[in-house]
Amino acid sequence: MAERLPPKERTKIPRQAMPERDALERAHNFCEVNSGFDLALAEKEAQRCLACADPKCVHGCPVGVKVREVVDLVIEGEYLKAAAKLREDNVLPAVTGRVCPQETQCEGACILGKRFAPLAIGHIERFVADYERQTGEAGLPTPAPPTGKKVAIVGSGPAGLSCAGDLILKGHHVTVFEALHEIGGVLLYGIPEFRLPKDIVQTEVANLGRMGVEFQTNVVIGKTITVDELLNEMGYDAVFVATGAGLPKFMNIPGEHLGGVYSANEFLTRVNLMKAYDADHYDSPVYSCANRNVAIIGGGNTAMDGVRSALRLGAKNAYIIYRRSEAEMPARVEEVHHAKDEGVQFMTLHNPVEFIGNDEGFLTGMRLQKMELGAPDDSGRRRPVPMPGSEFLLPIDVAVIAIGTGANPLVQSTTPDMQTNKWGYIVADEATLRTTKRGVFAGGDIVSGSATVILAMGAGRTAARSIHEFLNTGVW
Amino acid sequence: MNQLATSMFSIVEAWFLAPDIKLLKIQAPLIARKRKAGQFVIVRVHEHGERIPLTIADADPGLGTITIIVQGIGKTTRQVNLLNAGDALLDVVGPLGNPSDIRLFGSVAVIGGGVGTAIAYPTAVALKEVGNFVISIVGARSKELVIMEEEMRATSDELFVVTDDGSYGRQGLVTDMLRELIEAGRSIDHVLAIGPIPMMQAVAEVTRPHKIATTVSLNPIMVDGTGMCGGCRVLVGNESRFACVEGPEFNAHAVDFRMLAQRNRLYRSQEQAALKKFENWLQYALDPTPCCQLEKEHPEIGPRSHT
Repeated sequence: MAERLPPKERTKIPRQAMPERDALERAHNFCEVNSGFDLALAEKEAQRCLACADPKCVHGCPVGVKVREVVDLVIEGEYLKAAAKLREDNVLPAVTGRVCPQETQCEGACILGKRFAPLAIGHIERFVADYERQTGEAGLPTPAPPTGKKVAIVGSGPAGLSCAGDLILKGHHVTVFEALHEIGGVLLYGIPEFRLPKDIVQTEVANLGRMGVEFQTNVVIGKTITVDELLNEMGYDAVFVATGAGLPKFMNIPGEHLGGVYSANEFLTRVNLMKAYDADHYDSPVYSCANRNVAIIGGGNTAMDGVRSALRLGAKNAYIIYRRSEAEMPARVEEVHHAKDEGVQFMTLHNPVEFIGNDEGFLTGMRLQKMELGAPDDSGRRRPVPMPGSEFLLPIDVAVIAIGTGANPLVQSTTPDMQTNKWGYIVADEATLRTTKRGVFAGGDIVSGSATVILAMGAGRTAARSIHEFLNTGVW
Repeated sequence: MNQLATSMFSIVEAWFLAPDIKLLKIQAPLIARKRKAGQFVIVRVHEHGERIPLTIADADPGLGTITIIVQGIGKTTRQVNLLNAGDALLDVVGPLGNPSDIRLFGSVAVIGGGVGTAIAYPTAVALKEVGNFVISIVGARSKELVIMEEEMRATSDELFVVTDDGSYGRQGLVTDMLRELIEAGRSIDHVLAIGPIPMMQAVAEVTRPHKIATTVSLNPIMVDGTGMCGGCRVLVGNESRFACVEGPEFNAHAVDFRMLAQRNRLYRSQEQAALKKFENWLQYALDPTPCCQLEKEHPEIGPRSHT
């Protein structure tokens, strides 16, 4: 518990660094890399907050967390109250405190950042959420009295969970349907244990369960039950489609069917959800990376998760192959920095043109082409152009393609009156997330294409507001 | 956590149709209500288990059960086959994949090789129901491995059984029988072939010169079964297709069977190691006179008493 320092004193405190495991030690296990602030670090960092009258950080947050009020409660030593304050806007604080790209959101907007380093809002958020979890006294808000309305949420990833958390508070009956055998979506199958421990996801899901959210695993909406059946036969008043990232994209180059070539989705699902890294105790195999050369193709967060997983599975050489330069990489700076510290080799301005295999059909190498940057393309980034005569062979045993995903068609194909765009993504109104089908809303990656956990959570919140309004007024 | 009642799938009946081939009826009302011929489920036996695809052989929407027929080849399928009525599967999800293309083709040859007969059976029933003349060819290595003969007979206008060793029915391969029928001038408008990869490939080569449309059901390795991982990609007409959402049935004349076989061998060494470890464990677990594993491995230390 402490008094707030005078403004001049606040700016003298340097930004407190996140304690992390030693790079060479952690590169060989799946333990969490960042170990989190302790009480002293959290309070010291919180003291740096300038307590702006109009905090820019709040506007920078896709779900509008009341950062200033949370920080005030941390300075006062009221950690559980701080956690409850976080939960008013964010149902997964321990998750976002770990995986949000704060540097482009709350921290990117922080006034301190103009002259000093921005306030470490993500680290404080994580501290508060972890404190709450460790004391086992989650300050869960109490739901409003039951409204008698039922909402079905399709998909239990960040968009679905965030929508469920908001709707349950409004008193609606909420059922979340998940195709896989566990709740959490990308938080489970995609993001590795060393960046987001799975027991944290399970605790957050259990919290939602305690608030009354119903979870049903092993149900594929569009196959086991259709959207029309949810609405017409099962008595749901609204449906939120949050099926997330879909079919993995491949490169359509020769050799892509060789053994040892994976999509990032498959590689990460095998390692994370099916726990192939613990082969003594789990049955799902992953093609061996131990003492071998592994290349991940792509420059996003998924690519970083893949390459760092490969290192932990014992890869001799773990490469990032990216066709642009490091400046254009969509991955978070922290992830790139962690990957480099751990020994990942970055081959930027390189692009694979062919996978080469042996007679048994296993990958042995890939032919790479060197690239240079040309004029900016539609995305505003400089277009990579192949350098003639620059091809060479890199010996590779496992290749993971992390170049994005397309839309999953399962819900759309059995819901003909719900419109999709030419890429198969669901068409939804930007402000209300209403689809072209009455009572059906959609948000997250299945509307926007691949984005981040927090943007999906933002969409979940928007959908919850919009669904609540629809349930109250009945007006479409 | 409010996990609804779908978290366990109880087995209501289970018996062996043939050595290592078991039929299991599973309580899964949502799937039983929805499934159509040709679709499959993904099953996980226990918390540390893998997800494997299994075709739905039959369903009873009234009782809320589905039937799967499992050949115990690897660790997971052997584990399934250890289960009996009263036991349960941890996870069953489906129905996945596209239903079979059921149309009035005229005369259809339905070919089932080994446990593939169980996969072909529901489609044979559906083809018969819409008025096709169904000629079934059921093949197996030997008499004891012939399954579902009576069920197939009941849904077929003609039925031929062939065994590799001639211990039952005609001696030969399913392709010998098919070739004979075609060469005898029998009109066959469509062929459905389901079985081991070499069999499906051989059938495709028999029908290709006669331009008889031929469908096969592919069984690549899968993880999620909903299009998310791409592990089940197969080459069809030189295009990459996901068997779980675009299949599992494809035009046999366009399928790259060599690639499919190659991809299905991807984890062979891990699979064999897992099976060996499991069998060792099973032998020990089922041993009526258990003894110390260390003693077995190190006879030099001599027997100890186990009182």
